[in-house]
Amino acid sequence: MSSSQGAPAFTNPIVKWIDRRLPIFTFMHHEYGVFPTPRNFNYWWSFGGIAMVMLITMIVTGIVLAMNYTPHVDFAFDSVERIMRDVNYGWLLRYLHVNGASFFFIAVFIHIFRGLYYGSYKNPRELLWILGVVILLLMMATAFMGYVLPWGQMSFWGATVITNLFSALPVIGDPIVTLLWGGFSVDNPTLNRFFSLHYLLPFVIVGVVVLHVTAMHVAGSNNPIGIDPKGPQDTLPFSPYYVTKDGFAVVAFLLVYLAFVFFAPDFFGEPENYVKADRLVTPPHIVPEWYFLPFYAILRAVPDKLGGVLAMFGAILVLFVLPWLDTARVRSARFRPIYKWFFWLLVVDCFVLGYCGANPPEGYFIPLSRVATLYYFAHFLVILPVLGKIERPLPLPNSIAESVLGGARK
Amino acid sequence: MATSNKSATADHDHDASRRDFLFVATAATAAVGGASAAWPFISSLNPAADTLALASTEVSLAGIEVGQAIKVMWRGKPVFVRRRTAEEIKEARAVDLKTLPDAGDARSPADDAKRVKAGKDEWLVLVGVCTHLGCIPQGSSTGEIRGDYKGWFCPCHGSHYDTSGRIRKGPAPKNLEVPPYEFVNNGTGLKIG
Amino acid sequence: MRKILTRGALTLAFLAGPALAAGGGGFKLLDTHFKFEGPLGTYDYAAVQRGFQVYKEKCAACHSMSLLSYRNLRDIGLSEAAVKAIAADVMVDDIDDKGAKVERPGRPSDRFRSPFANEAAARAANNGASPPDLSLIVKARVDGARYVYSLMQGYDDMAKASAADRAIMDGYAKKATGDAKATFAMATGRNFNTHFPGMQIAMPQPLRDGDVTYVDGTKNDLPQLSKDLVSFLAWASEPKMEERKNTGVKVIIFMLILAGLMYAVKRKVWAGVH
Repeated sequence: MSSSQGAPAFTNPIVKWIDRRLPIFTFMHHEYGVFPTPRNFNYWWSFGGIAMVMLITMIVTGIVLAMNYTPHVDFAFDSVERIMRDVNYGWLLRYLHVNGASFFFIAVFIHIFRGLYYGSYKNPRELLWILGVVILLLMMATAFMGYVLPWGQMSFWGATVITNLFSALPVIGDPIVTLLWGGFSVDNPTLNRFFSLHYLLPFVIVGVVVLHVTAMHVAGSNNPIGIDPKGPQDTLPFSPYYVTKDGFAVVAFLLVYLAFVFFAPDFFGEPENYVKADRLVTPPHIVPEWYFLPFYAILRAVPDKLGGVLAMFGAILVLFVLPWLDTARVRSARFRPIYKWFFWLLVVDCFVLGYCGANPPEGYFIPLSRVATLYYFAHFLVILPVLGKIERPLPLPNSIAESVLGGARK
Repeated sequence: MATSNKSATADHDHDASRRDFLFVATAATAAVGGASAAWPFISSLNPAADTLALASTEVSLAGIEVGQAIKVMWRGKPVFVRRRTAEEIKEARAVDLKTLPDAGDARSPADDAKRVKAGKDEWLVLVGVCTHLGCIPQGSSTGEIRGDYKGWFCPCHGSHYDTSGRIRKGPAPKNLEVPPYEFVNNGTGLKIG
Repeated sequence: MRKILTRGALTLAFLAGPALAAGGGGFKLLDTHFKFEGPLGTYDYAAVQRGFQVYKEKCAACHSMSLLSYRNLRDIGLSEAAVKAIAADVMVDDIDDKGAKVERPGRPSDRFRSPFANEAAARAANNGASPPDLSLIVKARVDGARYVYSLMQGYDDMAKASAADRAIMDGYAKKATGDAKATFAMATGRNFNTHFPGMQIAMPQPLRDGDVTYVDGTKNDLPQLSKDLVSFLAWASEPKMEERKNTGVKVIIFMLILAGLMYAVKRKVWAGVH
């Protein structure tokens, strides 16, 4: 269990032979074997690895599903039901994929909020954070297009509504929508291209994830107290410590995921999507998948079409500049007594937005969603810049080792 | 890990072996889980229930004259149904089985009497796929080349089949396969599969 | 299970929102218990078979079930001969050797024959409202099993509505017209049904007491017929439900063991660190 950085001595001659020509084993040894990792991670740090496992799950189940899916408006719905009824274990593969999307987002949202709480986006990890936001955007695009594929009522009308968002843009809006559709409404060309892109984008995500992880290995991980490791006493080799810890976290997460897959597979779904797309009838209450609800609420909170669209995209774009909006030097919220409260307010705010997005825009949901939208932007654009200037952080411990072994854990 | 360097007391050895057992048990359990998880993926590649349900085909034999043949689809493959002439049957029966390139097996016997149903000697039913590399031999439709042995001829690599669908010349290793079939509707129809 | 989950999720209002909102107001669905509910629930195949009889005799004339094939009926316990006979009873469209359109007796591999050639024909024959396909109806409605069960029994005499019911009905009318003084009134050609959204349904009452006679002598009042029908429709919506639950139990037990082992390993590995 030495954590030395020297080249490992491989004994297996084949490994040796390959490694001299292509040092993948040395690479794995450095980046995942002895990689010095802060010794004080809590389980919130496992969600990056969990998200990776979910990404792989989605790709593997998706490839097999694609072998049985027909991207044609006349056959898509039936081909999905054929998967559910006739293909061996097709029901399992589809339920894994459908619920996997939700659990992938759950893992990623927790991962993001962990970054927000512990200031993981701050110098020198700005680019690491930005790559993460790019992954989120790609995930949203992939999930949206995937939801269209079963060609149910929600698929069709979701696609119609979301693509119509672009029509809000002045002048270029309508041509862009026509371009997206490949026709004059959401139709077969749309379904075909969405299928093509839904298959492609996950691999783009893998590419960005590689960059994201590479950037993380350059700067090193942040940790719950947010101060850099000062020496070997502050770190542990990734293997076996975090291999076992993340391994347990992954199994525990999968346990919950599989419980939904087998016992409540339609929990996150909409009954309406078991009705084949009908272009003459819009369902009375269109809602996007739950992971889009906060953004959907922001879209509807603004009483102007273009304004709503801009606000919705702005809600994600603001994350790109977050590293420069937060002026506080201290990373971890553990030592930021006021920020800690605002962080939890933001969490509540996102839930409120989600709740508004799930309900029809009437009655008290309208003012509620407006207040929640304003607060969302205020958090990033007003509170964070100002708070950094006025907040007095608690004294930081001298080192990770001291904070861990000194027993002063919160 | 860190503790393992301290001392080598008996107590510690006991601890270490218990630990090793735990590691091996966990790894084994995870491996079993991983292997089991692979099964649905592999299984899904096998024919689905609706595909299997189409595994039998019924055809009407009405209108097939002596000497004619038809091709029907069964499991996505052509099946030759040929109503042989008495002469063709005689030719097929006259061959010394020992001279045949393929001695046959249970699914595709060499003896012409076993390649047809008893009492239905004129009806020859064969899977129309060349046993060489899967092309479809010619000889079912009028005007197609029937090869040197008046049965079928595969144009891809020149395999000649006789009037019993047995390989006689060319690269194909085996006789044309006889699919499972039965006569239905008092002998006016054929159910393949 | 679904109900428990929906209720449990109230704490997670975020997630429960869509389900609740889609449920809408109006009359409460009739309460009953189906054997297939709950994490370990299984289909009552006797009821499913009776429900198929109800569908065949009372629903199939208007409602298609295009995702089902006759061969699927083997899964509810019918014999191969019975399935063949059921299929052969139906004439299905086909094309013969010469390319002519013909009708031939159905085979087990055929899909359930649809009563109408296409959606437009269905619409034209049914007063402008095309009868929905029933293959997935239980999954395609919120609390679908209870919804169909209630709908079958929701036909009522409007005049007998209580004052409280009246208020709910008028509420519908107010919402529909935007007129605060609007009162509930039936459109022509519609039927009053307390469990249909808007309470006006195009379908005339399809099931009544004693409409179907069961060979096994099971009583055949409306609640029983409705319940059997729902059992069949629920099976049709998800024929793989039992396989799913059975596999699920094994998978969850396995994952619990693996999680326990992983936790023990993690504890051992970390024992010397803190």
